Amino acid sequence: MKGYSFLSLARQALNRHQGWPVAWRTPELKKNYDVVIIGAGGHGLATAYYLAKNHQIKNIAVLEKGSLGGGNTGRNTQITRSNYFWPQSAAFFDHSLKLYEGLSRELNFNVMLSQRGLLTLAHSLHELEGIQRWANAIRINEIEAEILSPIEVKKLVPLIDIDCRFPVHGGFIQRRGGISRHDAVVWGYARAASAYGVDIIQQCEVTALNIQSGRVTGVQTTRGTIGADKISIAVAGHTTELARMADFRVPITSMPLQAMVSEPIKPCLHTVVMSPVIHMYVSQSDRGELVIGGGADLYNSYAQRGGIPLLQENIAAVLELFPAFTRLRLMRQWAGIVDITPDTSPVMGLTPLQNLYISGGWGTGGYKAIPAGGDTMAYTIVHDEAHPLIEDFGLARFETGALIDEGAASGVSH
Amino acid sequence: MLRIDCPWCGTRDEVEFSFGGESHLTRPTLDASDAVWSDYLFNKDNPKGIHFERWMHRFGCGRWFNVARDTLTHEIHAVYEMGAAKPDLAVKDPDS
Amino acid sequence: MTPSPTNRLTSGGRIDRTQPLSFRFNGKPLQGYSGDTIASALLANGIGTVNRSFKYHRPRGVMSAGVEETNALLTVSGGNGDIPVVRTTVRALVDGQLIKSPSGFPNVNFDLGRVLDFTHRFWAAGFYNKLFKWPSWRWYEGTVRRMAGLGKLPDGEDGNKYFHHNVHCDVLIVGAGPAGLAAALGCANSGARVLLVEQDHELGGSLLADGAQINAIDSDTWLSRTTSTLEDAANVTVMTSSTVSGYYDHNVLTITDRSTTGVVRFWKVRAKEVLLATGAFEQPLVFENNDRPGVMLANAAMTYVLRYAVKPAHVMVVATNNDTAYRVAFALHDNGVRVPAIVDSRENIAEEVSKEAGERGIPIMAGSVVLDTVGTKALTRVSVGRLSNDGRSTVDPTSVIACQGLAMSGGFNPNCSLYSQAGGSLRYDAQLACFVPDEEKACRQRVTVAGAANGKFSLADALTEGARAGSTVTGEAGFACSPAEVATSALGSYHLKAMRITPTGDTSRQWVDFAHDVTVADIELAVRENFVSVEHLKRYTTVGMAVDQGKTSNLNALTLLAELTDRSVEEVGTTTFRPPFMPVPMGAIAGPQHGDFYAPARLLPAHDWHVDHGAVFENYGPWKRPEYYATNGRDRETAIREEVLALRRSAGLFDGSPLGKIEITGPDAGEFLNRIYVNNALTLKPGRVRYGIMLSENGIVIDDGVFARLADDCYLVSTTTANADHITAWLEQWHQCEWPDLNLVISTVTSQWAVATLAGPNARTLLQEIESDIDFSVQALPHMTLTTGTFLGMHARVQRVSFSGEMSFEISVPALDGRQVMETLMNSGGDRITLIGIEALTILRTEKGYLHVGGDTDGMTNALDIGFGGIVARKKTDFVGKRSLLRGGDQRKDRRQFVGVEPLNDNEELESGAHFITSQREGRRSQGVVTSACFSPTLNRVIGLGLLEGGFARKGETVTVFDDGRTFDVRITDPTFYDPGGEKMNA
Repeated sequence: MKGYSFLSLARQALNRHQGWPVAWRTPELKKNYDVVIIGAGGHGLATAYYLAKNHQIKNIAVLEKGSLGGGNTGRNTQITRSNYFWPQSAAFFDHSLKLYEGLSRELNFNVMLSQRGLLTLAHSLHELEGIQRWANAIRINEIEAEILSPIEVKKLVPLIDIDCRFPVHGGFIQRRGGISRHDAVVWGYARAASAYGVDIIQQCEVTALNIQSGRVTGVQTTRGTIGADKISIAVAGHTTELARMADFRVPITSMPLQAMVSEPIKPCLHTVVMSPVIHMYVSQSDRGELVIGGGADLYNSYAQRGGIPLLQENIAAVLELFPAFTRLRLMRQWAGIVDITPDTSPVMGLTPLQNLYISGGWGTGGYKAIPAGGDTMAYTIVHDEAHPLIEDFGLARFETGALIDEGAASGVSH
Repeated sequence: MLRIDCPWCGTRDEVEFSFGGESHLTRPTLDASDAVWSDYLFNKDNPKGIHFERWMHRFGCGRWFNVARDTLTHEIHAVYEMGAAKPDLAVKDPDS
Repeated sequence: MTPSPTNRLTSGGRIDRTQPLSFRFNGKPLQGYSGDTIASALLANGIGTVNRSFKYHRPRGVMSAGVEETNALLTVSGGNGDIPVVRTTVRALVDGQLIKSPSGFPNVNFDLGRVLDFTHRFWAAGFYNKLFKWPSWRWYEGTVRRMAGLGKLPDGEDGNKYFHHNVHCDVLIVGAGPAGLAAALGCANSGARVLLVEQDHELGGSLLADGAQINAIDSDTWLSRTTSTLEDAANVTVMTSSTVSGYYDHNVLTITDRSTTGVVRFWKVRAKEVLLATGAFEQPLVFENNDRPGVMLANAAMTYVLRYAVKPAHVMVVATNNDTAYRVAFALHDNGVRVPAIVDSRENIAEEVSKEAGERGIPIMAGSVVLDTVGTKALTRVSVGRLSNDGRSTVDPTSVIACQGLAMSGGFNPNCSLYSQAGGSLRYDAQLACFVPDEEKACRQRVTVAGAANGKFSLADALTEGARAGSTVTGEAGFACSPAEVATSALGSYHLKAMRITPTGDTSRQWVDFAHDVTVADIELAVRENFVSVEHLKRYTTVGMAVDQGKTSNLNALTLLAELTDRSVEEVGTTTFRPPFMPVPMGAIAGPQHGDFYAPARLLPAHDWHVDHGAVFENYGPWKRPEYYATNGRDRETAIREEVLALRRSAGLFDGSPLGKIEITGPDAGEFLNRIYVNNALTLKPGRVRYGIMLSENGIVIDDGVFARLADDCYLVSTTTANADHITAWLEQWHQCEWPDLNLVISTVTSQWAVATLAGPNARTLLQEIESDIDFSVQALPHMTLTTGTFLGMHARVQRVSFSGEMSFEISVPALDGRQVMETLMNSGGDRITLIGIEALTILRTEKGYLHVGGDTDGMTNALDIGFGGIVARKKTDFVGKRSLLRGGDQRKDRRQFVGVEPLNDNEELESGAHFITSQREGRRSQGVVTSACFSPTLNRVIGLGLLEGGFARKGETVTVFDDGRTFDVRITDPTFYDPGGEKMNA
């Protein structure tokens, strides 16, 4: 992999950028692979990257029905945080955040991680108690969290109207939380994986899995049959369909999660602000757009578009907290399909079929899990055993009832 | 915005309704195995295509009813009463 | 003194010269007329450079005359703050407006940021992904952020008003250009409810700057007649200054309506049929320095001359690849703009246009393309080269033409945003070199496209197709309608050559996207680096992602991508259009939903009475309830303590009206509730009350409260306030979907009853002083019973239930009588009775060890965790959630279980939200949480409730608590701190 640096850029600039190599190869599809990963989103590519880098597996294909990073990785609101309630979640997501912190240099690709702090608000005494419960849990998990008074909230984010319909009673901030550039993350992993020899095959849709006496042996695709020793599924928004091919059922409902951006303006909001109760979060991208998100439309859908009721609800919530934004204009509204599980925690690890692995059910928060998801899934695939960090996130928990319900405990789902 | 045809009140905006998830579920008895119970409780059909689901006209008559809706196009193919059998829909493959 | 406009024509146009308007541009006083847009007024005053470009800070002038503008996006102050990103090409000029260029330091004419242009080679696409990794992005982010953004957040109060409107119609026609008007004319008087929506403040679209003949009269006259016909038609509603911005499921569309000054209305339209007559956008040509001030779209130049009577420049070259720009050249020429040449990339020019050019003495340079432009703030000359035979290069010699402006036409691209939002597919038409609606592929919505939006770029075709489509869709909507008769003799030839990009020159100076400063070189670089899918190209170069959403850049970018990757444009495909078509003020989307209307508060029936008694209100879900009573100016802490003590010593009066109340009536009411509650509902005798909990099917506690049996076939269910609505819906779901065979009716009566709870040792005495036929004695009305009777002459239900642990009477009367009951009790009780707020009640129930679902339980707490194991075991029949409690995970002994807690040290501040932790030695981790905590005025010490791993078996144990960094020890106890035997309650 030819390095990206100030020097290489300067040299190329003088050379009119004629000498840049491809970011990733467009390889020929081989007949057989050691590992086939279905889905070239953040999770699939990160898994391939860590398989190659940490486990020296080189004969890997990542199959993508569209173009890489074209699903939820490229549609989310780019938030990274690890302020989780349950220890299992905290350990996993903080591992992810730590990997994010070194990612630009590791991948030699600037993913623009901006740790500007993530502020979660409480709008009543009862919620403030919930926030205290949550912040304490985070601190016990050895992650920093700081409770702020309403005055401190106002000082940090002067545009917030703390006396709105549901006055701000306080909040807490994870200062290491923030945003990064979603496309850069997926391109960085693709480029690095490709340099390790991983074959990223785009425009190649998996149509069936080949199964022999309880184990998978390969995939059928729109570009022919491919043999594989091991197969891993990382197809956010379409996990149920892939599981159906393998003839097992998953506890997943697919729903559209909306996001929207305003026209770009000069910097006015320097923190990511979330309000779990009035259902909104907002940050300002480096480009100047306000990036707004909220809840999911509460019905099954595979249509990647948003509706009106939630748009109105989200915007009204944002304006209630930020009345100064009324004159800004909404520029674009879209949706991604999120796989929601009953406890809003992911489904990761082994499946009822041998040699078939799954990483899905990421709900509304798969983006922040990309590095750790890739790292732990690579381990799981190699050892045929769940990585210690994801042991509790297996499908089995739905039978024993040992759910990890982050939303139930902290008031915020993943 | 979905426009749903309530069998009792007529066509209304989706905001008047509550979504109740997959319909035609059979509730297992107490002696069901953990696996059967878990399947009933958590696993979903979640199809890409026609979904048989239940809605309630919450800010209207308050009645629950079934809807056959395409999850790709959001097109509603049938509205039928609770307890009625799944309608036989000769629906084209949404991908074709 | 206001300088006189230099580029204004003395006659013509649709401006009102009797109404001059004064405005300022970057502080300089200027003048325009009513009917001007800001952009036309700037051009009339000879302002060339209006802004600086986004990335390279190059001078930029007005590029278009419509919504597709990429350059003249300025900050405008018109009495409601400095509004950024105003599309001045469509915004009407208003007297006194202050216009500012948002970019340019120190000013727009001299910008130090231009250094980025001189060093542009360093800032090619994706440069920030390759740079700024060391030492970290944090070091650079601030600078980069400050460079971005197209203006500042407006300060001050927003003076606009925002409203929501809803409308149904049979036919919605979007766009009142030739096609839309022809369609609307046909359905006038058809009986169908027709809504015609136009984003301009006048109807007409391209006809506003045309001059053709329609039905043998000039288009201006035809337009005004048509406008009055439509305005007179009772079934047609015409909306101007209104933009259809979103096309959502099931034919619901949104409109942003700016027709009233100071008001923005957001409409939701439910349309049976939609006809999109949304026109087309002219596409720019791509050559070196095609972004200089003075270079504009050809139809924009024509609009400025014909509609606004403004010469964009005195000398303008016209460059084109099709016939339409000839009409522009003629209009310019006929209005005094010298046209030194028409540069036409086509070799053979149709005689019908070349002849007219010849008559005007305009030279045509056929087979030629613009190579480059020269000039800093304004154009001074362009160089033109002849295309080689294969069209892939140019041949010498190069001609240089002196000029001040350049009008360019790369042909048109239909405006298909709404069609695409509706789910319609587009196909690439190689002949027209643009994307048109693909009629072969069905669209999921009831939508039709006509006119230029459907690739019918000539006036004649647009009129004919519009008229036909109008009658068709009206017919589809169920109304008889024949097409309007409209015909034109206007020149309609197109003859487009699919070439918009000059094949030679420095590609890093050839702009594809003016708004984001994306050049041909950027696209070449992206392709070189293998960003060859449309999505990758778009995101890597940011082409088409600016505020114009690529209206003038996507097509050229896709064409280039196809060429560079040896694919057809068809294969490359296009991206999906997302709503809104044009940005919508966020205030309009929220509409009146803010402040008090954001989430209307629910008030107690006796709200005003509580106000009079010093209540301090707090939000509890949607309810405003007294948190405490600041009687005699007491502070919060004192008030709460005194309220608790007063109730324990004598009596307290609490307004419990919001408590959820549901009546279940019918022969199967008991059976139904027996399947719902963990507790047995069938064994309850009429007149008796029982405490019960409800579980989700997953075994989780979702609500608690008492239920009373009013009669054999009638139960009254109380729910927590927060869950009242949810539980009703949930019960309905079980009844209607799972057990429809059970014969019963569920009705919510929450708001029918006001509830006054009188509790405390003196409660009975006080009640016995009130006029009532109810026997309040313990024999007649013991704890956990219910009776009905009259109280103060009102129909009343009285329940002996207690949330405080004292003797307690819950008196329900019709809601409107609530105030009278409260008042009478207070007056009669005098000093013996005290009003109790929520906070005091919270302390009272904590002392008694009563849990609060959602506070002392969370979404993981099952029935066994709160001590219902015995009841669950005793009940043999099924109930909701029972099977889940049989799972291994639900029965584990180390689950978080409900306990009491008290600090070892009395002075320790124990707060809700603290965690029980294991010792450092074991590896510190949470074992549960303190869910309620308070200083108990009754017991004079700190107490709390919590959920602790294996808590039932740990009573008496000392456990460490963590809170906000400090740790201290507590003792685990039984949750009931006060009157564990229940003597007081049962009194």
